[in-house]
Amino acid sequence: MDNWVEIGGINDIPKLGSRVVQREQGNIAVFRTADDKIFALRDSCPHKGGYLSQGIVHGDRVSCPLHDWKISLQDGHAVAPDEGCAARFPVRIENGRILLSLLEDSGI
Amino acid sequence: MKMKEKLVVIGNGMAAMRTVEEILKIDADMYEISVFGAEPYGNYNRIMLSPLLAGEKTLEQIMLNDEQWYIDNGIKLHKGCKVSQIDRVKRKVVADNGVEAPYDRLLIATGSEPIMIPVPGHGLEGVISFRDMHDVDAMLLAARQYKKAVVIGGGLLGLEAANGLLQQGMQVTVVHLMDRLMERQLDLPAATMLQESLQQKGIEFLMQAQTDSIVGDNRVEKVRFKDGSEIEADLVVMAVGIRPNIELAKASGIYCQRGIVVNDTLQTYDPVVYAVGECVEHRGHTYGLVAPLFEMAKVCANHLVKMGIGRYPGTLTSTKLKVTGIDLFSAGDFTGDETTDELVFQDKARGVYRKIIVKDNKVQGAVMYGETIDGSWYFDLMRDGNDISEFRENLLFGQAHLGDSGYGEENRISAMSDCAEICGCNGVSKGQIVNAITEQKLFTLDEVRAHTKASSSCGSCTALVESLMAHTLGGDYSTAPNAKPVCGCTEHTHDELRQAINQQELKSIREVMDVMQWKTEDGCSKCRPAINYYLVCKWPALNLDDGQSRFINERAHANIQKDGTYSVIPRMWGGMTTPGELRAIADAAEKFNLQTVHVTGGQRIGLYGLKKDQLPEIWGDLNDAGLMSGHAYGKALRTVKTCVGREWCRFGTQDSTGLGIKLEKMSWGSWMPHKFKMAVSGCPRNCAEATIKDYGVVCVDSGYEIHVGGNGGIKVRATDLLCNVQTEEEVLQYSAAFIQLYREEAHYLERTAPWIERVGLRHIKQRLNEDCENRKVLADRFNYSQQFMQNDPWEFRARGGDANEFMPIKVIA
Repeated sequence: MDNWVEIGGINDIPKLGSRVVQREQGNIAVFRTADDKIFALRDSCPHKGGYLSQGIVHGDRVSCPLHDWKISLQDGHAVAPDEGCAARFPVRIENGRILLSLLEDSGI
Repeated sequence: MKMKEKLVVIGNGMAAMRTVEEILKIDADMYEISVFGAEPYGNYNRIMLSPLLAGEKTLEQIMLNDEQWYIDNGIKLHKGCKVSQIDRVKRKVVADNGVEAPYDRLLIATGSEPIMIPVPGHGLEGVISFRDMHDVDAMLLAARQYKKAVVIGGGLLGLEAANGLLQQGMQVTVVHLMDRLMERQLDLPAATMLQESLQQKGIEFLMQAQTDSIVGDNRVEKVRFKDGSEIEADLVVMAVGIRPNIELAKASGIYCQRGIVVNDTLQTYDPVVYAVGECVEHRGHTYGLVAPLFEMAKVCANHLVKMGIGRYPGTLTSTKLKVTGIDLFSAGDFTGDETTDELVFQDKARGVYRKIIVKDNKVQGAVMYGETIDGSWYFDLMRDGNDISEFRENLLFGQAHLGDSGYGEENRISAMSDCAEICGCNGVSKGQIVNAITEQKLFTLDEVRAHTKASSSCGSCTALVESLMAHTLGGDYSTAPNAKPVCGCTEHTHDELRQAINQQELKSIREVMDVMQWKTEDGCSKCRPAINYYLVCKWPALNLDDGQSRFINERAHANIQKDGTYSVIPRMWGGMTTPGELRAIADAAEKFNLQTVHVTGGQRIGLYGLKKDQLPEIWGDLNDAGLMSGHAYGKALRTVKTCVGREWCRFGTQDSTGLGIKLEKMSWGSWMPHKFKMAVSGCPRNCAEATIKDYGVVCVDSGYEIHVGGNGGIKVRATDLLCNVQTEEEVLQYSAAFIQLYREEAHYLERTAPWIERVGLRHIKQRLNEDCENRKVLADRFNYSQQFMQNDPWEFRARGGDANEFMPIKVIA
């Protein structure tokens, strides 16, 4: 089964911002950094399930809107000293379009 | 590849390693680093030597950097290796075992050494100092074999040594030259109370006793005094003070006075040689506490990695004693002179004493015994030079009595049990914080917040957490650096940030970060919203607002709830509504199937449980009925609470509802440092609770009383009376001017209550009451700004504006 879907163009997400891919099995937050890198995480903070898509993006991190945990966009890990991990989804850019894998990355 | 520059560090103590850590944080690849340490260990926490001696800690628990840390960071550690020579011409150091190391930059952090009084017999076996691990070992060994210990010196260090030896089962006598203990930190009453408590613990004292000689054949047997008397001793600990260790620097021709003389960038007279810690003399001062070392380390590291920002202006220090069960605090000038006033409170039976020295209504120093919870507050007042005239009569009773939050008596740290809850927001107990401080080796408030979350939410327990840190870290903890930076991304304070925006006319977040040399790419969730606010406040006409630098509530114009849904609260002017508005709200609640409809504390109605993509639609429905955003989500005007006033109430003196509506119409939509609440009561019965609002009006027969700086939330604070006026126009002008002053001067996320306590009510009165020209200028600036701010954000979005914020990028079935 092809698990890659096209979700939109880079400019559909604001710089230092995020948009949501809505689906039955839980939403995915897609982030854009200042230097136009795109990352995708399960839209749920490992702390208390806050929507990471609603947080403030800075560097390659997002601050959860509920209790200000910092989550790394690279690997989904909470930044020390907090502990926890949000599942990460692989992303590809082709011709300015964002392709998202709906299978979460294992092995992190 | 370019060769890395070589940094050689002489000294392996806390100041040296803190500097190295700061360097690694900024640029881990800049230097090839070698460290020479005379002791055969990694870097340990010297301020924990007292608990180590008292048996409350183990060596492992007090290590800060073990040997693996040096390996992991690629640092060459020469331990047990004393540098004997600095060759400044060839730029290399030579150690006593022949090892040589060339340097491009040199950091000297040789610390200090204990002063040994050169009386006859000071070289006997069993005569030691209290300075390093070696001394602690010798004391622990002696405690097992011998009985009688004499500590010479009744200062901080001597008393901690005496307490430790007592815990180890020895009989301890403290010998002190002066008539009172800790004479450099305490006045006579506090010193007497301290001595009495220590005597009750079992320590004996010989005051005004001058040591003549130490007597014994091989090992010490007796201490003899000038008056001919003697006491028996198996162990003598000399704790009469420390002096900077400058022999090496001096021998290599680096300019020294009492310490190695450094400038504000921690450079010695040789510009490639830096020095930090207890070995330096800065602006004529030497330091023996931890907080100044850390501040020096930060500045020094910054210059070593050639960032070139930050200056060390010196540190105000405060003192606490690390003896379990004794609360003692001292800071600044505690003796005073003919130009100062003494405020004294003493209750011998309860064991409480405090004295504050005040000069020109500013705190110069403080001594506290028994209850020290307010120590950090007095220290802040002293450091910031705040005018205390407005609360001078309550100053002695502590911060809790300014606006009594009701916790006052419960705040005695040493008496609290380990399970006592300190942080009510995050459920953190005293025991958890103490464990985190000691086990994770935390030194700063930010570190404690990061690890335990204590005081990281509402912040009302900050003073308690700071006291607990002081209590746990003891003598070497000093509450806060001279100026608190905005966040970890910068060295700059809120005031410096604003000043730069105003004076250099900076007009974007990027520009601010570039000019102010931000340490991170694009800031963080603390500094970006702050910069964004300062820009919006300064340049209202330029529409500089950056949504991505706003917290979600302000970006989405609704309040996020814990399940990710949002709440919506429309404005009800002055708490007034109509059947038509209520019908529209009821219709909306039914249409969107909202289960919770709540009457808020600010006389409005909140609708809960909306999905984000429903927001523009419900806003459109509410707009159609004439309702608009209530900004219940913003750092902005929230509500203007009113009573029905003269129109209905038999006691009402003025039209409170009408005035409330005018105030709200004037002020809505303005972005502020924090949320802002107003109220208008129609008579002094004050049914609208105007005296716990940021700006409260109490109508009286002759006109209007204007009250400011109240707070009914985190910490209850009643307002201060600003003035009485006679017309509604004056109420409105004062309101506009007060809000503008608050907008321009308060730090981001600072409510009016702490702002007024920080700058003093007198300052507000000077700017508003006494200078009516300035009041008018401020009010004009506010009204000018309002013409750009008063657009209903709901209307724009209901018509399709900012749609991406509310819609998913993709829906997968």
